[in-house]
Amino acid sequence: MSPAAYVFLAVILFVIGAVGVLIRRNAILIFMSVELMLNACNLAFVSFARLHGNLDGQVVAFFVMVVAAAEVVVGLAILMAIYRARKSASVDDANLLKY
Amino acid sequence: MIQHIILANGGAGGTNLDPLYGKVMFWILAVLAVSGGLAMILVRQAVHCALMLAVVMLSLAVMYAMQGAPFLAFVQVIVYTGAVLMLFLFVVMLIGVTSAESLKETIRGQRLWAGLAGIGLAVLLIVGIGHAAIGTAAPQTSANSTDNLTGVAQLIFTTYVFPFEITSALLITAALGAMVLAHRERTSPKPTQREVARRKIESGQVAPEPPPGVYALHNAVDMPARLPDGSTTSRSVSSAIAQRDVELGLDPRADIATDLAAEERIETERQLEAGARGREDQ
Repeated sequence: MSPAAYVFLAVILFVIGAVGVLIRRNAILIFMSVELMLNACNLAFVSFARLHGNLDGQVVAFFVMVVAAAEVVVGLAILMAIYRARKSASVDDANLLKY
Repeated sequence: MIQHIILANGGAGGTNLDPLYGKVMFWILAVLAVSGGLAMILVRQAVHCALMLAVVMLSLAVMYAMQGAPFLAFVQVIVYTGAVLMLFLFVVMLIGVTSAESLKETIRGQRLWAGLAGIGLAVLLIVGIGHAAIGTAAPQTSANSTDNLTGVAQLIFTTYVFPFEITSALLITAALGAMVLAHRERTSPKPTQREVARRKIESGQVAPEPPPGVYALHNAVDMPARLPDGSTTSRSVSSAIAQRDVELGLDPRADIATDLAAEERIETERQLEAGARGREDQ
């Protein structure tokens, strides 16, 4: 398949992830949708690396994976701390600054 | 064919995969990935969402291998599906299983507008990329000429060596941050063994709670234990499992009203017995 087909697939996955971030209320599922968006970006990077015939895109995708792993670790730890304080993982319940 | 995919690191377009194989594999994996992604954002249970995400990630891993990136394919399986997703599952098991997602919309019409915005974004991106005329793959992946792993290693340790070093600092910071955030500071002194024993005696229940399935018809975790008079006690079943049974429309065998009545009867009998013993002592 031509790289264009892979890029279109990456776009579709990215949009699915973005819609997931917007419609889900559970913070864990929002995190999962963000992961889906990062994966879609990686697919686009790898496709462009093949398109240009060099490996820079693959290296960038590798760095994206490393940063995503670090982000997930810290994000889930924050989620645990919020859950401990408020007994809920819903993003609607974390509204202490509101009043 | 498996060997073809895994060794797809040279040749025209960065891959020596047969074009027909490439087409068939792409369409199978694309359908899998898109349906997995859609299921992930639509399914209610958090554990099911994590499994759907695993499907997407594994199909993307095979796509990396097909596109001349076998190293990234393995990293995807090991780091994403192996580590990140397992971490997600751990946290879901810790906090997510009992917290059912509320279907109430805090902002009115949010789902509708989010869907419309998603369609708009998709149209915008697809039209933009469609106009870009991406063209075909480069005929020869020069950096891949020896071996994908060698090429990636050469790039990481020459051109990108400083970002790579900064990555190590990032990972150490993330590990420390996770430890600090997940650590729970003890606000009260730890109870001693004497205090624990005293509290247990004073609470009136010396023996532990009955485990599920004791003297019941089936030895399962969602089967409430039986009290001496034959009635069931709902306190022997974990609240998460009881909630799941109600959600699945199963027979909620742990009827709280009968439990309370039975426990009351047992309590009265105990008091009567204690009174009788008291009279005997006198």
